[in-house]
Amino acid sequence: MTRKSRRLWLVVACMIGLGSAAALTLNAFSSNIVFFMAPSQVHSKPPPADRTIRLGGMVVAGSVHQEKVKDAPVAIFDVTDGQAAVTVRYEGILPDLFREGQSVVAVGTVNPDGTFRASEVLAKHDETYMPKEVAEELRRSGKWDPRFGKAPDAASWNTMTAADAPKKPATQTP
Amino acid sequence: MNPELGNFALALACCMAAGQAILPLIGASRRDARLMALAPALAVGQMIALITSFACLIHAAITNDFSVQNVAANSAVSKPLLYKITGVWGNHEGSVLLWAMILSICGGAVALFGRNLPSALQARVIAVLGGVAAGFELFCLTTSNPFARVWPAPMDGQGMNPLLQDPGLAFHPPILYTGYVGFAVPFAFAIAALIEGRVDAAWGRWVRPWAVAAWCFLTCGIAMGSWWSYYVLGWGGYWFWDPVENASLIPWLTGTALVHSAIVVEKREALKIWTVLLAIGTFSFSLSGTFLVRSGILNSVHAFANDPARGVFILGLLALVIGGSLLLFAIRAPQLTTGGLFAPISREGLLVLNNILLCSICAVVLTGTMYPPFMSLLFGKTISVGKPFFDATTIPLAIPLMVFMGFGPMMPWKRAQMWPVLRRLWWAACVTGVALVIATFQMRDILPVLATATAVWVICSSVADIAERLRLFRQPLRQSWQRARSLPRAVFGAAIAHAGVGIVVLGIAGMSQAAHRIVEVHVGQSEMLAGDSWTLTDVKPAEGPNYTALVATIEVRHNGRLVTTLHPSKRTFASQHQTTTEVAIHTNLMADIYGVLGDRHGDDANPTYVLRLHYNPLAPWMWLGGLIMAFGGALSLSDRRVRVGAPRRAKTVDVVVVQ
Repeated sequence: MTRKSRRLWLVVACMIGLGSAAALTLNAFSSNIVFFMAPSQVHSKPPPADRTIRLGGMVVAGSVHQEKVKDAPVAIFDVTDGQAAVTVRYEGILPDLFREGQSVVAVGTVNPDGTFRASEVLAKHDETYMPKEVAEELRRSGKWDPRFGKAPDAASWNTMTAADAPKKPATQTP
Repeated sequence: MNPELGNFALALACCMAAGQAILPLIGASRRDARLMALAPALAVGQMIALITSFACLIHAAITNDFSVQNVAANSAVSKPLLYKITGVWGNHEGSVLLWAMILSICGGAVALFGRNLPSALQARVIAVLGGVAAGFELFCLTTSNPFARVWPAPMDGQGMNPLLQDPGLAFHPPILYTGYVGFAVPFAFAIAALIEGRVDAAWGRWVRPWAVAAWCFLTCGIAMGSWWSYYVLGWGGYWFWDPVENASLIPWLTGTALVHSAIVVEKREALKIWTVLLAIGTFSFSLSGTFLVRSGILNSVHAFANDPARGVFILGLLALVIGGSLLLFAIRAPQLTTGGLFAPISREGLLVLNNILLCSICAVVLTGTMYPPFMSLLFGKTISVGKPFFDATTIPLAIPLMVFMGFGPMMPWKRAQMWPVLRRLWWAACVTGVALVIATFQMRDILPVLATATAVWVICSSVADIAERLRLFRQPLRQSWQRARSLPRAVFGAAIAHAGVGIVVLGIAGMSQAAHRIVEVHVGQSEMLAGDSWTLTDVKPAEGPNYTALVATIEVRHNGRLVTTLHPSKRTFASQHQTTTEVAIHTNLMADIYGVLGDRHGDDANPTYVLRLHYNPLAPWMWLGGLIMAFGGALSLSDRRVRVGAPRRAKTVDVVVVQ
């Protein structure tokens, strides 16, 4: 075994290892990336039924209610970004930090009838914390700027439009 | 007074660390024995100063000194004493101080236990540790000072996040941090070797115990973190592929590769450049893992702070440490001579394969973790990758790793034949075949079946390795016992650690077969899950020190016989307006019975309760296996070779004189 042939072996082994890692990664990326969508995006461009997405927004106040399907509790609530609302059905225990009027992220698929079937509902540890995607989406739709105080009550959101969103105070700079 | 003393001790430690970084380096390059002798003294002094500083912060927390902002923001009078102490490192400022303190203890350990090192090497190692420490102590002092005061002092603190009020979390961060920071020592050895321009077998032998020690702590820390999320977060899961978890897994993977490649340096003087690169890489991943995550760049539940000043400081520091060391590597690595030759089929060959596979897994996990933040930074697209991605990429790479793991310890060095090795492993292969058949009938899905078979293979081949070395059943037991006593403990350590990996994988495979049900029941109603009958018999309110709770009583019966009574509860913390779920777990080491109390529905006269019931086969094996792995590492650290007999440097002609 000469130095040259050993180096050849090493290079071949490395190529196989990293090559298979790259192939696996690309393959997994094509099928397993989960996109974030706001309710208005779900309305305008519904994703295919087998595609898992993350739906984020605020839980509409007063929309949470429970149903019982074969002894299993199902939580039903509306998630809104101010432009549109999507009804979410979730079979399971809602997280401790789940509240009406606060932000939430639901992972699941969109049913053909436009409702969302969640396999997981995430509310973050800190009650003042809003998932970055949700804050970003709300800011983009002009509903709320996270830098200027608390989020408005989600009950008013479906009636709000971008035009009557709270104006940014002129004196404050980011 | 006390917080000022702590602040002063921290500043003093920072100054000593700066001295420790500069003076011994000058001494080592001028061969000035007095300057080099400063290194251990400064390292011990810095360690004492930082321990004092940390003790002052704990004292402030215990005595409810709410004029200290950190205590006011994270503690409260009503908090139990244990959590007043552990709350010190449950926040950003305190955890940075803890980090710095552990780093200084590492420096002190090199000063105290490294007396058999050549003085120039020891001085350089301590200097590198001092440089890193000085940077982070400056970060602590300027941007996240734990001793900052508030005026006027509040009457009571705001209290800690109730999720963190848990005994598991009391010890998880210190152990995990010790693992992260412990890799600073191999890093310092690598930098010192690059400065000297010399890596040889003795270097490998010095660096390996430090890497193994750090690896043991990191393994324990990850296992504890996984256990914590299993029983605290109450989702019945044990690993969420959260960026923070990945940040601990990535250095663990490269650290595991380092522990193995250092063996090749020690025994065969090969893979030297690669080992140095791994030592640099592992610590770089530890650093970026702790601090990128904590600075909130990766969106994660664990992020403490979103302060831009801190972010800029940390990024600068990371760029300096990582970029500087890689630059040094690029300049100096070509000067390191390459070592011994070996055939592809040999112990070295399999260790190389181990390194390639571990680094491939690491690359995959790194890609999956960094891709979403980069996509949102560059293209503004919000995406996430989760469990399906990581399962699809890591498991196919981990299975060949486990298969080769069975062969590795059996292989002779330099050049090996497959046939004798296979002959010694035939019974392990038979047991694996039987396990494969049983698993095929018992388990759903193909991957858990393969994982079970490879795990059995790893455990059996570890046993076969030891049995072979002892000539068990081939000569009288008394002689085998004599052999066992003279066999190095490192051999047992390696076999135990490998078997631990097998046990972890069996646990993970078992968990993939877990069953769970979510039910809504009245008091007195029964539900079936996995052959057991679960009855909710009672729900009562209860009072805790700083919370009120609702406690359920669930009786689990198997064929009418009472297996256990579970008491899951829901706690409401008035001071933070937060509720937490307390899971109830009963284990018989073969399976966990896991109950969670959810919401209460219906009117007061006839309430119903949501319950989540889990049956998790082999769940405890995951953490048990982690502890066994760490125990194997610790056993090999107690080996006689590590404790006595200062390794001598190879007698090469010393021509590579550093300018």
